[in-house]
Amino acid sequence: MRVLTLAGRRLAASIPTLILILIGVFLLLQLAPGDTVDALMAQMGGGDAATARQLREFYGLDLSVWAQLGNYLWRLVRLDLGFSAIYGKPVATVIAERLPATILLMTASLSFAFFFGLILGVVAARGVNKWPDTLISTLGLMFYAMPTFWFGLMAIVVFSIYLQWLPAGGFEDITVSYTGLRRTFDIALHLVLPTLTLGLFYMAIYLRIMRGSMLEVLNLDFVRTARSKGMDETRVVVRHVLRNALLPMVTLIGLQAGTMLGGSVVVESVFSLPGLGRLAYESVIQRDLNTLLGIIFVSALLVIAVNFIVDLLYARLDPRITAGN
Amino acid sequence: MDMTRRAALMTSAAIASSVLFPMRSFGQETPRKGGVFTVHYGAEQRQLNPSLQASTGVYIIGGKIQEQLVDLDAKGQPVGVLAESWEAAPDGRTITFKLRPGVTWHDGKPFTSADVQYTAMEMWKKILNYGSTLQLFLTAVDTPDPLTAVFRYERPMPLNLLLRALPDLGYVSPRHLYEGKGDIRQNPVNLAPVGTGPFKFVQYERGQHVIAERNPNYWRANAPYLDRIVWRVVTDRAAAAAQMEAGQIHYSGFSGLTISDSARLGKDPRFIVSTKGNEGNARTNTIEFNFRRKELADIRVRRAIAHALDIPFFIENFLGDFAKRGTGPIPSVSADFYPADNGPQYPFDKKLAAKLLDEAGFKPGAGGTRFSLRLLPAPWGEDVSLFATFIQQSLADVGIKIDIVRTDGGGYLKQVYDDHAFDLATGWHQYRNDPAVSTTVWYRSGQPKGAPWTNQWDWTDPTIDKIIDDAATEVDAAKRKALYGDFVRRANTELPIWTPIEQIFLTAITAKARNHSNTPRWGSSSWHDLWLAE
Repeated sequence: MRVLTLAGRRLAASIPTLILILIGVFLLLQLAPGDTVDALMAQMGGGDAATARQLREFYGLDLSVWAQLGNYLWRLVRLDLGFSAIYGKPVATVIAERLPATILLMTASLSFAFFFGLILGVVAARGVNKWPDTLISTLGLMFYAMPTFWFGLMAIVVFSIYLQWLPAGGFEDITVSYTGLRRTFDIALHLVLPTLTLGLFYMAIYLRIMRGSMLEVLNLDFVRTARSKGMDETRVVVRHVLRNALLPMVTLIGLQAGTMLGGSVVVESVFSLPGLGRLAYESVIQRDLNTLLGIIFVSALLVIAVNFIVDLLYARLDPRITAGN
Repeated sequence: MDMTRRAALMTSAAIASSVLFPMRSFGQETPRKGGVFTVHYGAEQRQLNPSLQASTGVYIIGGKIQEQLVDLDAKGQPVGVLAESWEAAPDGRTITFKLRPGVTWHDGKPFTSADVQYTAMEMWKKILNYGSTLQLFLTAVDTPDPLTAVFRYERPMPLNLLLRALPDLGYVSPRHLYEGKGDIRQNPVNLAPVGTGPFKFVQYERGQHVIAERNPNYWRANAPYLDRIVWRVVTDRAAAAAQMEAGQIHYSGFSGLTISDSARLGKDPRFIVSTKGNEGNARTNTIEFNFRRKELADIRVRRAIAHALDIPFFIENFLGDFAKRGTGPIPSVSADFYPADNGPQYPFDKKLAAKLLDEAGFKPGAGGTRFSLRLLPAPWGEDVSLFATFIQQSLADVGIKIDIVRTDGGGYLKQVYDDHAFDLATGWHQYRNDPAVSTTVWYRSGQPKGAPWTNQWDWTDPTIDKIIDDAATEVDAAKRKALYGDFVRRANTELPIWTPIEQIFLTAITAKARNHSNTPRWGSSSWHDLWLAE
C-alpha cells in the first residue's frame, strides 16, 4: 500500500515536468528551419509548389504554431500520440516496433556494465595503488575516452572482417529465416558487438564510481569495528562494505537508463540496429514532430519508472532510508 | 613486329581495364539461377512506389518490382519495357504507345492500357515530382483497346523528350489497387508495391530490411536469375563498407560509401568500384548566386568568383578519378544534347579575378577584405562539404570572406529556395537525360517561391526564357539540340549558376556479380538479367 501511494505521488510530481519537456521540445523544433514537407522534398529530389501546399495542409502544418501545439497536447490527453509523417502509421505502433531492439540492447549492455564495473571496481579498490588497480584504472580510462563509433567500427574490422566470428551488423540474419531457439541464438550473436561497444563505455564509469565508493566506505568506523571483531577480509568486504558502497551505483543506473535510450544512436547506426535512438535522429532530420515527441514521451515514462524502482532499491539496500521520505 | 610506345601503352591499358572490369571477360559463362543479392539501402523513403516519387532511393527498390513503359538500353537509347512500340503524330500533340501483351500484375490481374491511363492522369500528372511539370500539358490518355494508350497534349510534346524522361518518370501502377481506395499518397500499397517486374515484394521491416523474391510469371523468358533481393538498411557509410567486406552486402550504389572507402575497396579484387552503369545519373556541382545581393548581381563579381577557384586542383586532390571539370548545365555524358561549344569556361586566374573585382568597384578594405558572403552547402555528399571549404579558402585569397552556414536537408531547401536566406549556395544539379526534365527550371524565370531546385536567384533573362520555351515544344530533334546549345552558352555567359564539376555516381559491387552496370541507369533498373557467380 505504501508503495502504491509513493507511486501515485511520484507520478503526479512527474506530469508537470513531462508536459514542460514536451512543450520545450515542440518549440525548439520550430526554431529549426524547414518542416517535414521540406525534408520530404529534399528526399525526393524535387517537387512543385502546389504539391508542397497540399502536403502542408495534409500534415496540418498550415496552422499556427500555437494551434499545432494545442492540437498535440489535446491528443496526448486522450493518450493518442498522433500519426507519423515518415512512417505513415500511428506513432505508438512505430515506437512499439522499435522498442524490443532498444530494450534488449539497453538491458544487455547495462547489465554487462554494472556487473563487470562492480567486480573490477572491487578488485581495484582492494589492491589500491598496486598493479591490479593501475591496470584496471588505465583500461577504464581507455574505454571511457574511446569514441564509441570508432570502437564499434574497429570491433567490426577485427571480429567480423578478419576473424569472421560475428556478424558485422543488423538485428538478425535475413538471408535465411530461423525460428525458435536458433533465432534467439542468432539475435544474441548479432548483439554481442553492440553490447560490448556500448557496455564497455558505461563499465568504465561504473568501475570508477565503484572503486571510489569502496575506498570511502573501507575507511569508515564500522569497517574498523568489523575487522576488530576478527572477521576475515572477504566477509568484511562482501557483507559490510559492498552493500554500503552500492548506493551510488544504484543512483547511477537510474540516471543512465534514460541516457542510454538516446545515447545509443551511434551504436545503432554503426551496427544497423532498428532502435529508438536512430528513430529519434531520423525524426529530427525529417522534422517528424509527432514521432519525436512520442519518443521523448516514452523515454520520459521509462526514466520515471526506473527512478521509482531505484528508490525502492535504496530502501532495500539501506533500511535507514525509508521509501516514504 | 614494331610496337610503338603508344601501342604498348594502349595494350597495357587494355590489360589493366580487363583486370578492373572483369565482367567483360565472363561473356561465355552460363548464367546461374538462384542466390540472394544483398543491397545497401542508405536512406529510407516514406514510400516505395516510383509512379509517385522520382528518386534513386525509390528506384533502387521499386524499380525491381514495378516497370516503366520504356527504359534506356546499353547505348543510352530508349528501349521498350511495358510498351513495345511508339509513334508520334507529325504535330507532336499525340503520342501512341502499343503495349506489351500477356503481362500480368503480381496479383494475377492483367496489365492493360487502363493502368497506363490511370497512372498517367492521377499519378504522373498530379503527384510525381518532375512528372507534374513534364505532363503539364497532357490533357487525356485514350484507350481505344487494352493494348493501346494514346497520350494527347495541348502543346507539342517532343517525342525524344518523352522517351528520355519516361525511364525515370514512366513507372506504371496497378489501377485496380488505387482507384476508389482513397488518397493515393496514403494507400498502403505504396509500402508493399505491386508491379509487373521481375521481383515480387515480400516484406518491409522499417529500419532493418526490405525483401523481394523472384516473380515466377515474369514476361521475359528465363528471367530473373536471382531468387531474392534483400535491401539492408545501413545509415552509417563506414559501417556499410565494413558490411561489404564482411560479405553481408553485395552492392552499394549511388556513391553510398565514403570517397576513401570507395578508393580502398576499388583496390580489393573482391570488389568492383566504378562509375559504369551510372551515366544516366550524372550530376554537376553547382554554385548558385543570389542576385538580391548587389555585389552578386554584378556579372563581373560572379565571373571573378569563378576565376578564383582552381577546379582542376580541387578535383585532383579531393575527388580523384571519379569527377571531371564541368562545362555547363548539360554534362558531357549526355550524347543527345551535349553541345560542341559550351561558351565561356572561366579558367583559374587569380589576377583576373582581382582585376574584375576592382573594376566592379569592390576594392579591398581593412585586412584585404572586399566584402563577406554567406555560403550554404547542401548536406548531401561529402564532396559538397569539401567544396564549400575549398570555396571559402580560395575566395579568401581574392578578398571575399565566406561564412559557411551548415544545415540539414529540410533546412537547406527552406533557407535557399523559400526564405532566400543565402548569398552563395553550393549543391548538386541532377541531370535527368533531357534538359527539359530538371535542368531548365534552374534558369527559367517565374518559378513559384519555395519550389526546390528551381530559379530562386531573383534573376530574370528574357533571352534564356525564350530559348527554354521554344526547346520544350520543338519536335524536331536536331533543332532541339541546337536550341539547348544556345541555352548552355547563354547560361555560361550570364552565369546565374556555375557548374564547375561534373560527376557520375559510384557503384561498389561484389566481383561475383554478372550482367551488372550494363545500362546507364543500372542501379535503378529492374535487374532482370543480374546473376551471381559461385
